[in-house]
Amino acid sequence: MYCSDQNAGSEDIYSPIPYSLKIPELFQQKLIDPLIPSNNPLTEEGVALGKKLFFDRKLSGNNTQACASCHKPQNSFTDNTRFSNGIDGVFGSRNSMPLMNLAWNFTDKFAWDGKELGLERQALEPVKNPIEMHSNWANVAEKLQQDPEYPTLFLRAFGTTTIDSSLVTKAIAQFERILISGNAKFDQYLLGNATLSLEELNGFTIFMDEEKGDCFHCHGSDNNPLWTDNGFHNNGLDSTFDDLGLGAVTGDPNDNGTFRSPSLRNLNFTAPYMHDGRFATLEEVINHYSEGLQFSSTIDPLMKKVSQGGVQLTPQEKLDLKAFLLTLTDPEFINNPDFRN
Amino acid sequence: MKTKILAIICLTFVLSSCSEDNDISLEPVAITLNFSHSWNGTEITNADFNELKFTNENEQDLSIEGLRYVISEILLTHESGVVTVLDEYNLVDLTNTKGLSFTTSDAILPGDYTSVSFRFGFSNEYNIDGAYPDLNTANFNVPNALGGGYHFMQFDGKYRDITSVEAPFNYHVISAIDPTNTNDPKDTSFSLNIGAATIGGNTNIQIEMDVSEWFKNPTTWNLNEYDVNLMGNYDVQLLMNQNGSSVFSLVSITQ
Repeated sequence: MYCSDQNAGSEDIYSPIPYSLKIPELFQQKLIDPLIPSNNPLTEEGVALGKKLFFDRKLSGNNTQACASCHKPQNSFTDNTRFSNGIDGVFGSRNSMPLMNLAWNFTDKFAWDGKELGLERQALEPVKNPIEMHSNWANVAEKLQQDPEYPTLFLRAFGTTTIDSSLVTKAIAQFERILISGNAKFDQYLLGNATLSLEELNGFTIFMDEEKGDCFHCHGSDNNPLWTDNGFHNNGLDSTFDDLGLGAVTGDPNDNGTFRSPSLRNLNFTAPYMHDGRFATLEEVINHYSEGLQFSSTIDPLMKKVSQGGVQLTPQEKLDLKAFLLTLTDPEFINNPDFRN
Repeated sequence: MKTKILAIICLTFVLSSCSEDNDISLEPVAITLNFSHSWNGTEITNADFNELKFTNENEQDLSIEGLRYVISEILLTHESGVVTVLDEYNLVDLTNTKGLSFTTSDAILPGDYTSVSFRFGFSNEYNIDGAYPDLNTANFNVPNALGGGYHFMQFDGKYRDITSVEAPFNYHVISAIDPTNTNDPKDTSFSLNIGAATIGGNTNIQIEMDVSEWFKNPTTWNLNEYDVNLMGNYDVQLLMNQNGSSVFSLVSITQ
């Protein structure tokens, strides 16, 4: 909407329209309100601009990669490779994280190691990372400034035609905050609109059983539809660490080998798994927790059966657990036209 | 959870009958509960975590790697006999240093109270499955197969086991659940009376949890015997409940 600004003389100022976040019913029932920074409220124009930027290859040094190159909608906003390829053909050492339900990460720490405080700050990093988009913000801002469309879009979203990294990342963060996944089969089951197979129900029981899977202590439950605690844990992947994870960020050796718990939603689309993508399949993940745990001094005490290698699930229990995990698949999320280019 | 307003109305009536010459402020006030932690009286913070630096009553070396718990139902008995219950709760999270100071959102009238108490955990009445969004978001729930509702405490760490190997423990307190009757959990929350208090305009109540007490009085805790998978163990939950009775103490009440 346009309104006259008497202080500015004849120039009209556009007031962006507040964006109405579509919060799933279960999230409304079970969770506290999402975290939207007061200095970056969601607006229709900001979200639309963020989406355009998210898919725009101009953000990379040679105009070949966008955020969406490693965060593809069809993969629940990750990619299907162990490590992502930067514009210069250099691979990173971490698996690209899926992007969903980020507005409910109340730690406000993002990335596998929590080094990015806030979504806006997170969005700054890949653009200037030499093994990712390998650009710099001055160049990106200049390219966008010269674009025939962007200055007007920034004017409508933020009230200025002057483009800088702060506004670009604000817009991208707005788009990322609307990436909400909450319509899986299990959600519909909890709402009374779907039934689960016996195998899926058994798998849920294993998930919630302290003496079996004991997944719920870190990965949510029927009362926490995020399916993550957004916390940092050493889940027994290694006895020694090539990658210190959170420990490299905090400098605290007690954090060595700890990484953020990812959401278990949409696992069907997000392989490979773990911070380094070491597991190609869900079967490998389940086998890890069942008999593959490695002891180290920082292993989480919730990895309680490390002395036995893990929770020792039977083959049938593994199948059931996988069946349950796949009920957290949300096809609507990856096909949502609001989230696709 | 709502404050029992009726109690406040009654108290207002009692106090409003005082002489106007006394010029006593009768504006309801909030109170603040501050929680500190110790091991046998020596203060601990999360900076003391992750080292096998503590020794329990059973002479087992152990570390603390996570500690968070819920308190609820702050109950105040005025000298007039009127009882006010602030049906609020707070998650004390020493791991992330959150909730260590809790100011009630409901207020009470200032005055002399013969007793102030709070509850560790939730009574059965308020231990409602999935009812508290902040605790759901904090992933503090208990599976329905164990009665649902919420943990009262998650206390995790490692200890040197009988073979001198570091082993995990998960001292998780919940309502004790009889596996043959999961619909009737035994209420293992408990109320702690911290004694008389004068509540004024800026009352701070300092409470200390002596973490070592979870391992003694009356049961000397053998982690080799009870370390993990304790949530569904009815008898162990009763032992935890008994040991918990000596865990909290009042440090001070300041105005």
